[in-house]
Amino acid sequence: MKLNMVYFARLKDSFGTSQESLETDATSVAELLVELRQRGGSWATELGHGKTFRVACNQELAGPDSALRDGDEVAIFPPVTGG
Amino acid sequence: MSPFTVSVQSGRFDAGAEIDRLSRNPACGAVVSFSGLVRDYGDRQDVAALELEHYPGMTEKALHAIIGQARERWQLQAATIIHRIGYLALGEPIVLVVTACSHRKDAFAAAEFLMDFLKTAAPFWKKEILQDGSAHWVEAKHSDQAASGRWQ
Repeated sequence: MKLNMVYFARLKDSFGTSQESLETDATSVAELLVELRQRGGSWATELGHGKTFRVACNQELAGPDSALRDGDEVAIFPPVTGG
Repeated sequence: MSPFTVSVQSGRFDAGAEIDRLSRNPACGAVVSFSGLVRDYGDRQDVAALELEHYPGMTEKALHAIIGQARERWQLQAATIIHRIGYLALGEPIVLVVTACSHRKDAFAAAEFLMDFLKTAAPFWKKEILQDGSAHWVEAKHSDQAASGRWQ
């Protein structure tokens, strides 16, 4: 299935991209993160254990167990700092 | 127009006009407003400006959700949240929260609640631009998480 990935703020800079279309077999956020970490480099570093980041699925905050479906918009970003 | 509005915009806002708009309800005896401004220090000294990024779509949903949570707790008659994005120079207003209630305690509490939750749940990110031209992303503060957590 295909996911529309979007990245923001520091993670966008680290990954060197703000969005991509990702072909994946991952069915949960946790599985997706395993796949992204396997890319190595900044993906492994930024999404590694002990790092704090947030995942949103279709613009709602998601957890590791959140299910993914074809066409979902999945965002990964640092903790927010507005206001 | 709904009495509960959110706006994400690059341009300046007119806090006085928003306060006036929310002051026209005869059931409201209390209107509280909070303005957040670009300050000259943050994670570092010598901050010259901020660059605000957000997640279009999710931001507006998150702000409406935060207002929804406030309405479950207080008799909120009206509320406005305006948050700016893009390049903001020193002293520029960043955020405006206005709450209108029958009584002042609800209006004060709801305004504080909206700001505390905005700072931890709305997808905005600040980049500090220093006097020497260098820039870095601001780190999330534990104190903001604590401020939001105390409402649980």
